Amino acid sequence: MSRSLRPLVATAVIFAIAYGLAVMQFPTMFSTRVLGNFLTDNAFLGITAVGMTFVILSGGIDLSVGAVIGFTGILIAVLIAWAGWHPLAAFAMALAIAAAFGGTMGLAIHFLQVPAFIVTLAGMFLARGGASVITRDSIPVNHEFYSWISSLLIRLPGGGRLSVIGILMIAVFIIGALVAHRTKFGSYVYALGGNETSASLMGVPVARTTVGVYMLSSVLAALAGIVFSLYTSAGYPLAAVGVELDAISAVVIGGTLLTGGYGFVLGTFIGVMLLGLVQTYIIFDGSLSSWWTKIVIGGLLFLFIVLQRLIFAASTPGEKSS
Amino acid sequence: MMRRALSRLANPQLLALAGVLLINWILFPNFFRITWQDGRLFGSLIDVLNRGAPVAILAIGMAGVIATKGVDLSVGAIMAVAGAVAATLVVAGYPAPVAVLAALAVGLLCGLWNGFLVAVLDIQPIIATLVLMVAGRGIAQLITEGFIITFNDPVLVFIGTGSFLGFPMAAVIALVLMVLVTLLVRRTAIGLFIEAVGVNRAAASLAGIRSRMLLFLVYGLSGLCAAVAGIIVAGDIRGADANNAGLWLELDAILAVVIGGTSLLGGRFSVPLAVVGALIIQAMNTGILVSGFPPEFNLIVKAALILLVLIIQSPLATRIVPVRVAAPEARK
Repeated sequence: MSRSLRPLVATAVIFAIAYGLAVMQFPTMFSTRVLGNFLTDNAFLGITAVGMTFVILSGGIDLSVGAVIGFTGILIAVLIAWAGWHPLAAFAMALAIAAAFGGTMGLAIHFLQVPAFIVTLAGMFLARGGASVITRDSIPVNHEFYSWISSLLIRLPGGGRLSVIGILMIAVFIIGALVAHRTKFGSYVYALGGNETSASLMGVPVARTTVGVYMLSSVLAALAGIVFSLYTSAGYPLAAVGVELDAISAVVIGGTLLTGGYGFVLGTFIGVMLLGLVQTYIIFDGSLSSWWTKIVIGGLLFLFIVLQRLIFAASTPGEKSS
Repeated sequence: MMRRALSRLANPQLLALAGVLLINWILFPNFFRITWQDGRLFGSLIDVLNRGAPVAILAIGMAGVIATKGVDLSVGAIMAVAGAVAATLVVAGYPAPVAVLAALAVGLLCGLWNGFLVAVLDIQPIIATLVLMVAGRGIAQLITEGFIITFNDPVLVFIGTGSFLGFPMAAVIALVLMVLVTLLVRRTAIGLFIEAVGVNRAAASLAGIRSRMLLFLVYGLSGLCAAVAGIIVAGDIRGADANNAGLWLELDAILAVVIGGTSLLGGRFSVPLAVVGALIIQAMNTGILVSGFPPEFNLIVKAALILLVLIIQSPLATRIVPVRVAAPEARK
């Protein structure tokens, strides 16, 4: 057990050290205010990353999530602002469309037997194109429901605020962890990522699980789109470009093995927090330019991939397929 | 011999290109009109060649990578880095040839870094190249210090916008690269070795192929091609834009290679057909633009195109319609 938890512990330790160093330099970073904003600012990324964790655990990849966030945002904005729908109805519509979208990608991946990245690439083009065809402008959303949601806050001691979308992200992580580690679907996902042939021989319903995984990823991406819409109070077809890369980075930094079959949903949470920490640190510092974010994230990604390699090369000698 | 050459011409990719051009011609009757002006050719067809050249150049490098069952997501970011290096050096007063060589060297270095991750550290290609895809644009911005560096260097501008015998320079460079790389992989055994590594790397190594060396070669070539494309794009706009140069072009390049019939499962590739794939994509782009549709339409058409190619390539289709080349069984 301790050995299989090693990458998770490594991530947690690195986060603790990084946060400790940041706090030593800027003592104000250790406050509920900063921590509350951490959760709110990264909520849409965190929710997306939970879905991505499942996809990567199953041995696949989903490049379409950023585009799904953009599409959901514009769809909701148009339904509310132009068609006069109630936001909740618009949310339900967006989630249903995303479920169908993800399910279709899962079907294509399973039945056409093609790599996931090319299918989800097509999905990315389709969702981004669809969003841009609806409208090319940014559409503001002014609805009392939106202002009501953003007025709901839990005030933490020390001036911090825990927003609805921050709580929603934590809830998604907890439910995601339960599904991954405590349900039949979760074990199917792990089995699929470990070895598809063995999984199917052991009686894992491969088709159903593959479709389920991509459906889950798209639905969570749509939920992230809803959160993004609440966060920005607007829809824009080019919103959340490149979020898929951040989500994949968070999952990898969180210790999930990229070949699938190994990882923890909780690790992804730490991964998201670590990415958030990098961004917050750069904002606090003020003299560092924003492009350092990308370089640091790339560096972290490299560090953790090499770390995984070393740990798994040490624990499973022999059997190293190309 | 003659018949063989003819049957080679009648492959699906060239037919598709002809089909797209025909649709463009129906939508826009002046599509095939080419005029001679100021010592160079003008017209929509020439525009397709010119605008398609960067993706075609990326596809030349990408074809080899995909043939080894890999993929290179970092080419767009490498374009930005190479453009930034070339622009910064000419602005700092270095002669253009030095700037071009330095940009090419940086591209090669980036490619070799990817090759190192894939060949030595044994990391999945999609993730190995993701590192540079994320960090590369940051590095490019570091080089340009966040500004869009503009220049007026005649040599760089000529590479981006000049013409040779009436044809746009970018298209000429793409053609030369295509011929050179095709000769390299098809007149020597290197192409076969690359395909062997793609089918089964362990078996290829056991058969005496230095697969590590080959992986360095294909990723290095891909980085080099990306640098060439980056210099062309920078020369075209007379500036290095670290944020937008080559943005999402890696996806177009992969699409071009896949349309060109290279299997994503490795083991089969064609450099000239990948270039034809790039031209098909660009012909569609131009067609959508000249016929007055919004450019966003493009993304949907591309998605449909990917799906079509995947269905044709899939084992399901080969079971229904037997084709000459059997698709490999495994998927990852």
